[in-house]
Amino acid sequence: MRGWDQHEGHAVALPIENIDTDQLIPARFMSTPRSEGYGRFLLHDLREGAQDFPLDRHPEASVLVARRNFGSGSSREAAVYALVDAGFRVVIAPSFGDIFAGNAVNNGLLPAALPEDMVDQMIRSLGDGAAPVRVDLEAGLIRMGGAEHRFDLDPTWGLKLRNGWDDIDLTAQHSDAIAQFAERRATRFPWAWPGAKRSV
Amino acid sequence: MIAPQTLLDKLWKAHEIRRDAEGVSLLWVDRHLVHEGSHHAFARLKERGQRVYAPELTFAVVDHYAPTRNRDTIAAPDIRRMIDTLDGNAQTHGLEIFGLRDPRQGIVHVVGPEQGLTLPGLLINCGDSHTSTHGAFGALGFGIGATQVAHVLATQTIPQRKPRAMRITIDGRLAPGVSAKDVALGWIARLGTSGATGHAIEYAGSAVRALSMEGRMTLCNLSIEGGARFGMVAPDETTFAYLKGRPYAPGGAAWDAAVDDWRGLVTDAEARFDREVRLDAAEIAPTVTWGTAPDQALPIDGTVPDPAGLPDAEAAKVRAALDYMGLAPGRPIAGTPVDQVFLGSCTNARIEDLRAAAAVLAGRQAKVPGLVSPGSMIVRKQAEDEGLDRIFIEAGLDWVASGCSLCVGMNGDLVAPGKRCASSTNRNFRGRQGRGARTHLMSPVMVAAAAVTGTLCDARPLLKDRAA
Repeated sequence: MRGWDQHEGHAVALPIENIDTDQLIPARFMSTPRSEGYGRFLLHDLREGAQDFPLDRHPEASVLVARRNFGSGSSREAAVYALVDAGFRVVIAPSFGDIFAGNAVNNGLLPAALPEDMVDQMIRSLGDGAAPVRVDLEAGLIRMGGAEHRFDLDPTWGLKLRNGWDDIDLTAQHSDAIAQFAERRATRFPWAWPGAKRSV
Repeated sequence: MIAPQTLLDKLWKAHEIRRDAEGVSLLWVDRHLVHEGSHHAFARLKERGQRVYAPELTFAVVDHYAPTRNRDTIAAPDIRRMIDTLDGNAQTHGLEIFGLRDPRQGIVHVVGPEQGLTLPGLLINCGDSHTSTHGAFGALGFGIGATQVAHVLATQTIPQRKPRAMRITIDGRLAPGVSAKDVALGWIARLGTSGATGHAIEYAGSAVRALSMEGRMTLCNLSIEGGARFGMVAPDETTFAYLKGRPYAPGGAAWDAAVDDWRGLVTDAEARFDREVRLDAAEIAPTVTWGTAPDQALPIDGTVPDPAGLPDAEAAKVRAALDYMGLAPGRPIAGTPVDQVFLGSCTNARIEDLRAAAAVLAGRQAKVPGLVSPGSMIVRKQAEDEGLDRIFIEAGLDWVASGCSLCVGMNGDLVAPGKRCASSTNRNFRGRQGRGARTHLMSPVMVAAAAVTGTLCDARPLLKDRAA
């Protein structure tokens, strides 16, 4: 995964609350290998029935603005794959599902939390259209239509997004500490290892 | 003197290998449960040329795609491939697998506790948001995404920032016919689907102490529907009695040593929580959802909201939900006709759930079709030994094999577009049970009552003079 500091693109509004992961990608698509691309599954059922869906009107959009509790629901990382494969780099919302937000960061997608009134303001100003937006990760700023908004982001997530770090590589640096911990735990709490399997 | 600690503090500290400058902990993982959906993570491990770090702590369960009928001839190639891939990955990495033909197969969050893989004091990860279920034993159980599953496979650790501590105290006695499901839907309706985001919930109070392990698992299972990744209950005699003699639980002297350690897994008297919520058990009624998010729930004697009296943003949300659900505003929810019922899922398909539903169904006929999928094949066998299968079958419901089935709609079991299903599951999201499907969440007795009357209704009159 490549890191990024700045992103310039177009924002589009999807003014819906609780866009859960089942809507982001319906379950029936999830047996598809990632190599085939997940972009076409993004919000599939919501889009198919709707005329003039915001994402279809502005296929160039790379920043999505939505209402609270975006990405609630299941742990399916496929919801993030669908957004990323459809070209999104940033989702702006007042709040995110905890598991979704972590998954997003692990795939280079920024979950930018902004106060609800600011999100409302953005949604109003975007309306049905798309507008240029600039996101600065280090400064924690989103610039859109002459306004500047500061977003909240876990500092570790900021570092990961900017550097494109893979946690497995970071954790590998602590392999000795892990091995020592496991040994101590096995000695002090032997019950924490699965007991000998007996008949059911 | 050590500052008073919450159960969360104690569990966190026991698993913390290190904490970085930004405050993120690297935690040891005691059990890692994988399922068919973990294929992305195994693929990643393969790309990196890595092996599973601790195969003896990693267990594979076929559940998300498990067919509930005709297991010998899986017609859908996608489903076949998903199950074969898990089999292959388990074999490659030397993992124990509870496969499709294993008599212990079932839903991962039912199998773990049932086998004694889930124990107090453990940290348990699984690539599934309902991993919070395992917290019912006084464990740290939380769901993770595919990248994190790959991380746990490769390192047996998980980087995680400690959540804020929240306690939901439920005192008093639940009325007959009211269960843990109603408690959960009740608090989620009150606080909202993001009401507990960023928090780990400890459930406490006399009503929680009085719950069986099955009830506690239901309660912890639904934590994520209120936004909390973690739910937990301090272990007690009920916990120990459930676990003793389970296949993977410690035995002999190791059992006694374990129980000694587990008794310390309680929140200290003076410990502070970031947030406290109190509920009166006596005020909780049988609850059903009317909308497309789990917080859109109301007591069965309630009326569906009317957008007319609401502020604009709220009105739009309610209108969209009513439109999808095909419900008229301002009408009583009771009496709404259903097309089918589903009794199953990691939320409510344990033996106690089946017994409760059977108490309503015994000697009665279902007016609508329905599926009963036990939480595991062991639960299924136990139910058959108790004659519960006969009750379901004689009522006209289908008694099928175990899996996630109609809770997630991956295995071929689906609700048709526009059809309404009374369901003991955990998510009433749009399209969750199938495209255009309308899901109403409720407890097992309420599902059974909906089957008997063909409508959403209060189960309590149907339980009169019957033990549930």
